Amino acid sequence: MEEQKINKNEWPLWEVFIRSKAGLDHKHAGSLHAADAQMAMENARDVYTRRMEGVSIWVVESKYIHASDPAEAESLYDPANDKIYRHPTFYNLPDEVKYM
Amino acid sequence: MTVHSFQAHFDDLIDREVTIEPKDWMPDDYRKTLIRQISQHAHSEIVGMLPEGNWITRAPTLRRKAVLLAKVQDEAGHGLYLYSAAETLGVSRDELYDQLHSGKAKYSSIFNYPTLTWADMGAIGWLVDGAAIMNQVPLCRTSYGPYARAMVRVCKEESFHQRQGFEIMLTLSKGTEIQKKMAQDSFNRWWWPSLMMFGPPDAESPHTAQSVRWRIKRLTNDELRQKFVDVTVEQAKVLDLEMPDKEIKWNEERGHYDSGPINWDEFWNVVKGNGPCNKQRLETRKRAWEEGQWVRDAATAHAEKWKARKAKGAVAA
Repeated sequence: MEEQKINKNEWPLWEVFIRSKAGLDHKHAGSLHAADAQMAMENARDVYTRRMEGVSIWVVESKYIHASDPAEAESLYDPANDKIYRHPTFYNLPDEVKYM
Repeated sequence: MTVHSFQAHFDDLIDREVTIEPKDWMPDDYRKTLIRQISQHAHSEIVGMLPEGNWITRAPTLRRKAVLLAKVQDEAGHGLYLYSAAETLGVSRDELYDQLHSGKAKYSSIFNYPTLTWADMGAIGWLVDGAAIMNQVPLCRTSYGPYARAMVRVCKEESFHQRQGFEIMLTLSKGTEIQKKMAQDSFNRWWWPSLMMFGPPDAESPHTAQSVRWRIKRLTNDELRQKFVDVTVEQAKVLDLEMPDKEIKWNEERGHYDSGPINWDEFWNVVKGNGPCNKQRLETRKRAWEEGQWVRDAATAHAEKWKARKAKGAVAA
């Protein structure tokens, strides 16, 4: 009985992304439950933009988000460490060179 | 990695003040402690709407009514931020609601006291939200990322709650003799329960040491309570109200106010369910949930119907 009650009709979880003003990226604001995309959008407006926090909202059902595994952080991000020649500061130029 | 090295890695992150995120390995007890603390906090926001909802239709002016509505709406939002943070730890929203409704989970005992006069809207904003902010500001740096981020959002919004409460108290205090009396009476009734909001004394708080070690808590109950006493005494002077605790006295040596003993028997009694409004609050909450079932069902049915129609191509996507 208890088992049935729990999770029986729980609305799916959505992730909310908000563009705080024109020209900026959408940024993760939080999550919420909603029956469908339209309701997720309306709830996102009420829950996450009560004080003019945004000009645009994206909602994505959480189950569609794939996240990297923190345990693999080393193999994923470390190779970048030994490729410092990708950064402009790697190159020594004479002081006379301006605007480069 | 072995369990031991997972633990060592976790301890290292905590020591280096690195934030823990949902997919990181964490000890079971850390997860359990967080779920307990975050959900209690969420439940408090939700139940906290009830004593104030009681006054929305009786607010003395349209301005006060609009403000109170906005504050109560914020609290619903705060509950949602916090439930979401708890859900990242692998517990479902329905489980959390079930824990609240079955009485298994606790919420802040302060909401088991009645709101008898309009001045209580002032005292709650000033004292109860003031104590909550005192508690919440350090939590913006708590070790679990989703909780910390929820707290940043909550703190940003909470500050108006306290200020509007103080403004109500100030208006009453500067009003007629009866209004001032009403403010003082409300202060007297809410002062002690507000001090109890910080939880039992450190010596009797079983979870504090571990929570501080994990950086879930950044300051102990007694440290926070002292900070609250120190600032509130000064604010009461501005309101020209008398401290309900006659033993309040500046201690030059400590650099803090000393205060009288707190009635911890009362605290535990309310926690155990015997406060003036425990039963009423839980019943109101449960009724709201049960009576809303048809709305949730209807929304689900509506969503399914549209999905089916879209699949058939009857409606342009």
